[in-house]
Amino acid sequence: MASKHLATALHRSFRKPAAGTTLINRHSLSTATATAIEPLEEDSNGVTMKGVKISGRPLYLDMQATSPVDPRVLDAMLPYYLSRYGNPHSRTHLYGWESENAVESGRAQVAALINASPKEIIFTSGATESNNISTKGVMHFYKDKKRHVITTQTEHKCVLDSCRHLQQEGFDVTYLPVNPDGLVDLEKLRESIRPDTGLISVMMVNNEIGVIQPMEEIGKICKEFNVPLHTDAAQALGKIPIDVDKMNISLMSLSGHKIYGPKGIGALYMRRRPRIRVEPQMNGGGQERGIRSGTVPTPLVVGFGAACELAMKEMEYDDKRIKALQERLLNGIREKIDGVVVNGSTERRYAGNLNLSFAYVEGESLLMGLKEVAVSSGSACTSASLEPSYVLRALGVDEDMAHTSIRYGIGRFTTEGEIDRAVELTVKQVEKLREMSPLYEMVKEGIDIKSIQWSQH
Amino acid sequence: MLRHASKMILGQGLRSPPTRAVAVGAGTPRMYHERVVDHYNNPRNVGSFDKNDPNVGTGLVGAPACGDVMKLQIRVDDDTGKIVDACFKTFGCGSAIASSSVATEWVKGKQTEEVLTIKNTEIAKHLSLPPVKLHCSMLAEDAIKAAVKDYESKRAKSNASEEAAPVEKAADA
Repeated sequence: MASKHLATALHRSFRKPAAGTTLINRHSLSTATATAIEPLEEDSNGVTMKGVKISGRPLYLDMQATSPVDPRVLDAMLPYYLSRYGNPHSRTHLYGWESENAVESGRAQVAALINASPKEIIFTSGATESNNISTKGVMHFYKDKKRHVITTQTEHKCVLDSCRHLQQEGFDVTYLPVNPDGLVDLEKLRESIRPDTGLISVMMVNNEIGVIQPMEEIGKICKEFNVPLHTDAAQALGKIPIDVDKMNISLMSLSGHKIYGPKGIGALYMRRRPRIRVEPQMNGGGQERGIRSGTVPTPLVVGFGAACELAMKEMEYDDKRIKALQERLLNGIREKIDGVVVNGSTERRYAGNLNLSFAYVEGESLLMGLKEVAVSSGSACTSASLEPSYVLRALGVDEDMAHTSIRYGIGRFTTEGEIDRAVELTVKQVEKLREMSPLYEMVKEGIDIKSIQWSQH
Repeated sequence: MLRHASKMILGQGLRSPPTRAVAVGAGTPRMYHERVVDHYNNPRNVGSFDKNDPNVGTGLVGAPACGDVMKLQIRVDDDTGKIVDACFKTFGCGSAIASSSVATEWVKGKQTEEVLTIKNTEIAKHLSLPPVKLHCSMLAEDAIKAAVKDYESKRAKSNASEEAAPVEKAADA
């Protein structure tokens, strides 16, 4: 009887939820779950998030990660969310027709930027999807005759991962090494081409170090051996002039959110003469010429198109301005501190990407001190493993320098004031960390760090 | 007695859920505990002692290839065996800097035998280090041990030379 009393008392308590949980359950539209999504606390004194307090929103110098949407692009997109919201594949009414018109004019704008025909542009959800379609789609289509893929060691993760997937399926993949300045060795490329090579994939502008590969020379080699050339131009679009005919490109991946367009949209350029065929990765109603089924998101396409048109008009102006800002940044830092190394070729590089290594200072600790500047690092600690960035490794950067890199991204909306402040903060943090660094101390005493036997653990 | 048991069980049931569940997994955003940020912004005991001073023990652990190098130095009072001062220098991430800073704070005022019992788990708990950063606290523990070992070996060497001198004198005489 006593145990029954116990049981009923327990039941009563468990049926009534604790006070905290009812509040959470009643919260409609609450994106807060029980796991750690920490809200940003903003007040007049500043912003606090993840235990770090700063006096305002940080300066954004991470343009390779993503870029702000240009207000003119947003203006072009809004009507397609609020009033002209039709599905472009609805053939029977005005909403569908006007939406289809918008998609087709966006397509033409994207094509114009790369000197292609609108019929050769397929819209996807981003450069990652385009890379997937290019690598896996092409090889699956030609799998009977072509079993070999050539790519580089510095490609974007999605290309490398797709190639690994192909390897598991039984294809052969050659990962070409790069020179210390980040450029592909054309002789090695030539030597690695086999009769059954189905695809060569080389990214145009590297997202980590910003080097521009010699696409025209690579295109010539591909034409000579009649191998399709795929390039990931997500970082290159709208920043350097691209001509698919001059570079003999068969497939090209494009991304919207790297050129001040919306996130969630990209495109795949597929050459029609000579035609390159792919196996679709998304099956469905046959939209986008059967290559990529799914409703084409009209507002995103309109935004992407508007961003491309703006890029075409303003490419030269932006380039000049960004080059000047890059010099200001580099010289400003070099004036005050030594031991600064630029990773990657200094001649063949996109000006808006500056990847610097500061000797004797570790990348993550520098980032921790640069909380008022939003930059990114190629250091180990910022990845889940203890390995430094594979791109820096491929460049042959010394192990101790590979942990020290910081990537500054300069863009259309970066101002001189932001650059000056970034220089000031960087110099201050580097000096403070060098004071704390035993390696710097050893170097100052004249000890050669490379000669020391470290105790690995 | 049963009433007491039921109260205990009910008490547990009515406890409010934890305000922040610990998120575990590979894709977790890393949060810096405010202690780590504090040690980074206001590091305690950064500096160097003279390596050749017989009272100073130096521990240098880690490797630049791993991204972590710690140098921990202790100054020990010969008579009492107590650590009177400590300083550090670190090449590494924020957690590594904080771990070594905490290590210098904890060894001050303790006996050399006592500090050998400082465990990396204690340092990690004090700083709320996430699993991926536990090696930083391990390195701090190694640095303490290496510093004490260095001091002990210096003392052993100086004692040996002291003993050798009177023996020689006796032999001469």
